[in-house]
Amino acid sequence: MISIENVSKSFVLHNQGAANISVMQAASLQVAPGECVALTGASGAGKSTLMRMIYGNYLTETGRIMIGDVDVARAAPREIIQLRRRTLGYVSQFLRVVPRVSTLDVVAEPLLVTGTPQDKALRTAQDLLARLNIPERLWSLSPTTFSGGEQQRVNIARGFSYPYPALLLDEPTASLDPTNRATVLEMIKEAKARDAAIIGIFHDHAARDAICDRQVDMTQYTPGLAA
Amino acid sequence: MTPLLQVENLAKFYGPRIGCTDVSLDLYPGEVMGIVGESGSGKSTLLNCLAGHLTPDRGAVRFDTRADGLRDTVTMSEPERRMLSRTDWAFVHQHARDGLRMNVSAGGNVGERLMAVNARHYGAIRDEAIDWLGRVEITEDRIDDRPTAFSGGMQQRLQIARNLVTGPRLVFMDEPTGGLDVSVQARLLDLLRSLVREMNLSAIIVTHDLAVVRLLADRLMVMKDGHVIETGLTDQVLDDPQHAYTQLLVSSVLQV
Repeated sequence: MISIENVSKSFVLHNQGAANISVMQAASLQVAPGECVALTGASGAGKSTLMRMIYGNYLTETGRIMIGDVDVARAAPREIIQLRRRTLGYVSQFLRVVPRVSTLDVVAEPLLVTGTPQDKALRTAQDLLARLNIPERLWSLSPTTFSGGEQQRVNIARGFSYPYPALLLDEPTASLDPTNRATVLEMIKEAKARDAAIIGIFHDHAARDAICDRQVDMTQYTPGLAA
Repeated sequence: MTPLLQVENLAKFYGPRIGCTDVSLDLYPGEVMGIVGESGSGKSTLLNCLAGHLTPDRGAVRFDTRADGLRDTVTMSEPERRMLSRTDWAFVHQHARDGLRMNVSAGGNVGERLMAVNARHYGAIRDEAIDWLGRVEITEDRIDDRPTAFSGGMQQRLQIARNLVTGPRLVFMDEPTGGLDVSVQARLLDLLRSLVREMNLSAIIVTHDLAVVRLLADRLMVMKDGHVIETGLTDQVLDDPQHAYTQLLVSSVLQV
């Protein structure tokens, strides 16, 4: 489902003496449907960078990033928008939302933009929020004022409301209490069971060992860090 | 799929000075494109060329008309272009007073656009006007007030209602949130976002506010000195800018 071949990335900082920082060299990775792969390596090894390249958030200079039959490294913006709507989900570490939009609408949005009827989308959103222990009295409020842990759970609910065939998870269990952590791990297992291909970053090693089938050490692709 | 708007090698000069040049873009139905750049970068000139307010010196602006498919709006007759701007296009000005008739009631401002496309039944026009005022969160009891009695944020919402009542397919916006304070901006952005989704609108938004484009635009175009220097997916251009100027622009935003 996800096939990454020989991708490299460097940043040129024009306003800082045109410094050219090479951060990734010839990284390759294959993820099959129903498989969960963990990216590992110390901070700075390029885990988040690779996730962002897969999501089309960072440009990819060389190599291919195939999600189904779309090459993200070469796709037009319009194709990436479509891909993000129906194929590729991303749970980032931070929630970014429009002020004033209710939590329920934030979670239902991925369903609404793909044409799910409003009542069905809202029901799914309610189920997810209840499952993640977000108190019902908060559902009509904007999550911008929520605590870090609550925002993270809203973010996860949003990322799991539409059944994406490919999922990127950046620290999904960070800042969660044991109960909610167990729920999130359960949701990831369910996503695997419906054959989603998943790439994740987990500093929570117990969580990683519980759900990931393989680990890929990104250090091997980091110039200057590779052994 | 046919693009709704196709711009090819557009250029506009003011005497020897460049307004904008070598601009090409495709905009598809339902897409929102942001154009950012500093004052004098040519972004408003470009917008006005696209909307038929200025005549470009070079290039084509093709719009997917309902009747005949893609037509070059630069070479079409003035009445045809005016018809488009009354029906399929909308233009939201930075200053609401440029887009509103200040001595006509709120209801009249909305109804006038309907009459321009041959709505004649007074009751139906009034109902439609009330419905639209409600959608932009202006209560029914303000329908007979003139825009001069409205706050800046309300005037802007009224302008949006006036523009969208005829069900346009393409909306041009010039700094739609400029000059409004942040709480009013947030409300307006939320409104614009939901209208874009509900009506499957395409829009081109000119702004210098990067936060506005991040929330509203799918794609981004960065202009400097009349040239397009970078284009791409909005979050990609903002998070991984390639051009020196875009990097400067992004890194100059104050973090809150």
